[in-house]
Amino acid sequence: MIEVQSLHKQYGSINAVNGVNFEVNRGEILGFLGPNGAGKSTTMKMITGFVRPTSGSVLIDGLNVQDHPVSVKERIGYMPENGPIYGEMTVEEFLIFIAEIRGFDEVTEREDKIDRVCDLCRLNSVRHQTIETLSKGYKQRVGFAQAVLHDPPILVLDEPTDGLDPNQKKEVRKIIKAMAKNKAIILSTHILEEVTALCTRVIIIAKGQVIADESPDSLMKRNKQYNAIKMGVEDVDLEVVRQSLKELPEVSSAEINEGAVEVYPKNKQSIEALVLKVCRDNEWQISHFEKTPVGLDDVFWELTA
Amino acid sequence: MKQIIPVLKREFYGYFRSPVAYVFLVVFLVVSSGLTFYLGRFFDSRVASLDVFFSMQPWIYTFFISAVGMRLWAEEKRSGTWELLFTLPIRVLEGVLGKFLAGWAFISVGIVLTFPLIFTVGYLGDPDWGPIFTGYLGSILMAGSFLAVCSFTSALTKNQVISFVISVVINLGLVFLGWSVFTNFLSFLPPSWVDAFSNFSYTTHFNAFTRGLIVFKDIVFFLSLSFASLLLTVLVLER
Repeated sequence: MIEVQSLHKQYGSINAVNGVNFEVNRGEILGFLGPNGAGKSTTMKMITGFVRPTSGSVLIDGLNVQDHPVSVKERIGYMPENGPIYGEMTVEEFLIFIAEIRGFDEVTEREDKIDRVCDLCRLNSVRHQTIETLSKGYKQRVGFAQAVLHDPPILVLDEPTDGLDPNQKKEVRKIIKAMAKNKAIILSTHILEEVTALCTRVIIIAKGQVIADESPDSLMKRNKQYNAIKMGVEDVDLEVVRQSLKELPEVSSAEINEGAVEVYPKNKQSIEALVLKVCRDNEWQISHFEKTPVGLDDVFWELTA
Repeated sequence: MKQIIPVLKREFYGYFRSPVAYVFLVVFLVVSSGLTFYLGRFFDSRVASLDVFFSMQPWIYTFFISAVGMRLWAEEKRSGTWELLFTLPIRVLEGVLGKFLAGWAFISVGIVLTFPLIFTVGYLGDPDWGPIFTGYLGSILMAGSFLAVCSFTSALTKNQVISFVISVVINLGLVFLGWSVFTNFLSFLPPSWVDAFSNFSYTTHFNAFTRGLIVFKDIVFFLSLSFASLLLTVLVLER
């Protein structure tokens, strides 16, 4: 379990992180969102013990990172941004080095661990290749492999899918999801679709402060378009349709836009069945009917712009 | 302290994973021998000893060890790998010692590879083997101090050139303080002051080793200078 309490980090006169609080439990995948320079990476660096907080604390399974740096780091798997790795080593040499530092002194145990992560991250074909000669996708996978080598209960991933092609992104997400059951995972990303695909919870951070901490679904509900319906009808005056729908107690507003009626529900509730019933009762011929697609983009924009 | 080993191994083999190590070793051996034979006029001295060779070493180390040491931390900072290293379960001191010991071992390999000079004096005459042995011992100890200073300057920056320049300046200063030309220049000061200055010099403490003496205070000087520099490295990296 990760507990972040009143975390502050000041660089000169700049408050990079300004009173961040949150918790992450096992089984949770926390998406860490925010514009560039919002304090995401700094917060992650403080969680992993690389950067010392100006004030506040981070507890990992009840242990303070500042007081027990080594014990805490044993429990964390960290993949830094842009995957800095010793490029002159081969993938295998690098993973042996990580395994040795992680205390796997016995050769067979070490080899088992390395075999497992090479299978998991599909690194077997490049195992004996020098890291600096690998493509960005493979380098990211090596970075990911070193983070999960010791099967840590806590995973901190700073933009794990950055620079990967769509197939690789899908693969890495699948791996993360498969490991999530018994781990507390924090991942930062710029890709909002990743959050909806992966995360059980989202934190949006801006100017060093947490401005939203909720599930992707409830964050989505902040979108004005959530559960809104766009429909067209044949041979009926759209104004008549709009008026009828607007009078429904579950509807907050209805507008005519580009030859269609847009209906917005009250309290973001689902109104499809209700609207369809009204159409049927009035014997309107529906030409098209769609739920307005919503993403986190608009919510993110509203919160952070 | 167990974690020093993997860091040491990675760093030591790391030298040989690039051609830089081989270039360094070859140039170091050529320069060491070249200066001994040509600038030091080894044959003209008509003495079967390595005095000339040892007297050149502080000057050679000033540049060569600064070149080896400049990448110790500056390269890790530039490439960001120090973030990876210090989020692994090791203490900063273990990382600093591991990298330092690897660099020291690498330089020691270079020093040991000058062994043909030993055979040369053995072949040409009947040298006193004691000062040769203690000279090599002192040389390795002194190299450690040079490198520890470089470790500190390298931790200050992510730019290897800056690290090199600062370490050359500091190391050159510590060589100058014991150089007779420099101490003569300070003759306007009371002799006790000049002695005090020259006590901070590599050359002052290395001289006894080249004469066949292992003096406790000289060993303490090199070890304490190394220790202090490494401690400063830890403080800079923990900041």
